Amino acid sequence: METVTITITKQPELFLEAECFIPDALAGKTAEEIAELPVHIGRTTEKVGDYFTVQGAAGATAEETKLVLNGDFSRVKYIGSKMTAGEVVVNGDADMYVGAWMKGGKITVNGSIGHFAATSMEGGEIHVTGNAGNYLAASYRGDWRGMKGGRIVVDGNVGSDCGTFMVGGEIVVGGNIDVHVMTHADGGKVVIKGNAKSRLGGQASRGEMYVFGTVDVMMPGYKFAREEELEVEGQKAVFAVYNGDLGERHPTRKGETIYAKLYLKK
Amino acid sequence: MTKLVTDVICPFCGTLCDDIIVKVSDDGKQILEVENACAIGAEKFLHAQSPDRITRPRMKQENGEWKEVTYEEAAKYTAKILCDAKKPLMYGWSSTSCEAQSTGHMIAEKVGGIVDNTATVCHGPSLIAVHDVGIPSCTLGEVKNRADRIVFWGCNPAHAHPRHMSRYSIFPRGFFTVKGQKSRKIIVVDPRPTDTASLADMHVQVEQGRDYELLDALRVAFKGEELPDMIAGVPKEKVYELAELLKEGRFVTIFFGMGVTHSLGKNHNIDIAIAVTADLNKYTKASIIPMRGHYNVTGSGQVLGWQFGFPFCVDLSRGFARYNPGETSSNDLLQRGEVDASFVIGSDPGSHFPFKSVKKIYDLPSVCIDPHMTPTAAVSKCHVPVALVGIEVAGSCYRMDNVPIESRKVVDAPEGMLTDAEFLEMVLEEVNKIKGAAA
Repeated sequence: METVTITITKQPELFLEAECFIPDALAGKTAEEIAELPVHIGRTTEKVGDYFTVQGAAGATAEETKLVLNGDFSRVKYIGSKMTAGEVVVNGDADMYVGAWMKGGKITVNGSIGHFAATSMEGGEIHVTGNAGNYLAASYRGDWRGMKGGRIVVDGNVGSDCGTFMVGGEIVVGGNIDVHVMTHADGGKVVIKGNAKSRLGGQASRGEMYVFGTVDVMMPGYKFAREEELEVEGQKAVFAVYNGDLGERHPTRKGETIYAKLYLKK
Repeated sequence: MTKLVTDVICPFCGTLCDDIIVKVSDDGKQILEVENACAIGAEKFLHAQSPDRITRPRMKQENGEWKEVTYEEAAKYTAKILCDAKKPLMYGWSSTSCEAQSTGHMIAEKVGGIVDNTATVCHGPSLIAVHDVGIPSCTLGEVKNRADRIVFWGCNPAHAHPRHMSRYSIFPRGFFTVKGQKSRKIIVVDPRPTDTASLADMHVQVEQGRDYELLDALRVAFKGEELPDMIAGVPKEKVYELAELLKEGRFVTIFFGMGVTHSLGKNHNIDIAIAVTADLNKYTKASIIPMRGHYNVTGSGQVLGWQFGFPFCVDLSRGFARYNPGETSSNDLLQRGEVDASFVIGSDPGSHFPFKSVKKIYDLPSVCIDPHMTPTAAVSKCHVPVALVGIEVAGSCYRMDNVPIESRKVVDAPEGMLTDAEFLEMVLEEVNKIKGAAA
């Protein structure tokens, strides 16, 4: 695997949109060619070389390309967005849309990420050592098919609206999570190792939520079903299982209604 | 001698009352009296006559004092700051006509601006919810003639839309609601005992910020499923009672306002309220209508919708329309420092936005197009007063239920004043000159 290292040298006055910061866009290009790629600030188009230094070279394909971003990328959007293969490592913070519409490959952020990360993600892996913003792995506005596949691990805290309209894939939150988890979900799995606030699985028809900490306010549409001993993310524990959202329509299989499930660690 | 101008449209709130009678002086220049309008609406008409009205554009000098300039100079300055900016914010649009909005959008397309209207701090969350789940709605005429269950959820029309209750929702006698108020059950869901709540048959005092839970509980109650003892500070018996009351109705209409769109959960509260409406349609007929604020905020959404496909927060900076409230919404843009010029028309973010956003407008090159001296005008570098739409110039507007209504001209604007559509045409011409020169 070939490595391209991009280091930020100048912070943009406004925010920078860098759709080219994905292995797919860099594959087959030299450092000089990458420095000529377009980045956007408002209505203007500038070059990667105007704000960053580029070292190394990309592999022949996205699979063979690793992109390392060094520095503070908290004013740079779309890192790893729509990538299908290869690897992206960010050593610093990143702004919105990290791994949005991502189909494959791996993103590691040694820092925190902004809102709308992993929007409608379809596959691949994201690992964030810091915190993630709001709308992590939610669907794009108006789309009723959110995250379909892949795995996201956030070591820190996650904002609100995580996994809205989720239909597949999994999200592991190391810290706490804000309101509205898996709203409207029809599949998928969210594991919260810390505490949750309220509105878990509102209007969800299917999907699983595991909470190791506390929940401030339970949804009235969730009803206690039973206790279960399970191993979740390498931890064995007894969970109280709640079925819901009872107000929502649910599919049936072999005559049995399928519910979204909320697992609360006892 | 005086003249009566009848069937005047009131350009204040989204109710867009169309039965105002204005008494004007014989020469047609002076408004003497306003009949039928509420106190706020009447004041808007009468204020047009105010002797301290600003009638010419002004630029702020270095010492902070205003200096009068011509409309030509103001248009040149406006065009220059919009063309110099990489990402100008063009906010407001809700208190002007659809015609002016359309011209403004042509400017925005040329300069790569962001067009956002007051829905961003008002019913934007409702629009987001509509994208997600659709909306079963109706016109206010249907409400007046059919609705026998009226729910006011997180809104207080007694103060915000004063004539809404007498024209459409509580008191009027309609075709199937011949006994007026007696034909209807009024339900108010509000944490506070408001003046609207004092007229209600049932006041549900929900715990502040727990509307989502209460709406979810209603859905559970419709299905006859079991509920916990207390939901959002409301005993379950009351939730079941409310569910039955709604199901028994022949026609339910839910009106909702800022109490749900801008409390915890925002769009999700509306999303689930729409789900409640959809659920009710299994038992009876039900519809839901947002209580839109500015008289033509609905029109701004309509014009943006047919021109760019999105009702607010439209980002044209890259030459095509993009949309994502949270990123392309005015307050996020201002507070994150994503925009480098501010253009405000027909709204007052100086009063409505958080201080951090207003400070940013103060720091940026800025223009405020507004008939009145507002806090926004005070923090802007250039203030362009214009004629009042619906009083001094006619124009298309949309009522809160998306019904288009043509507003009327009652009197002439003070001499030499331009309308906002005329001023925007001048700006567009200047923008074309600058862009033409650059090409």
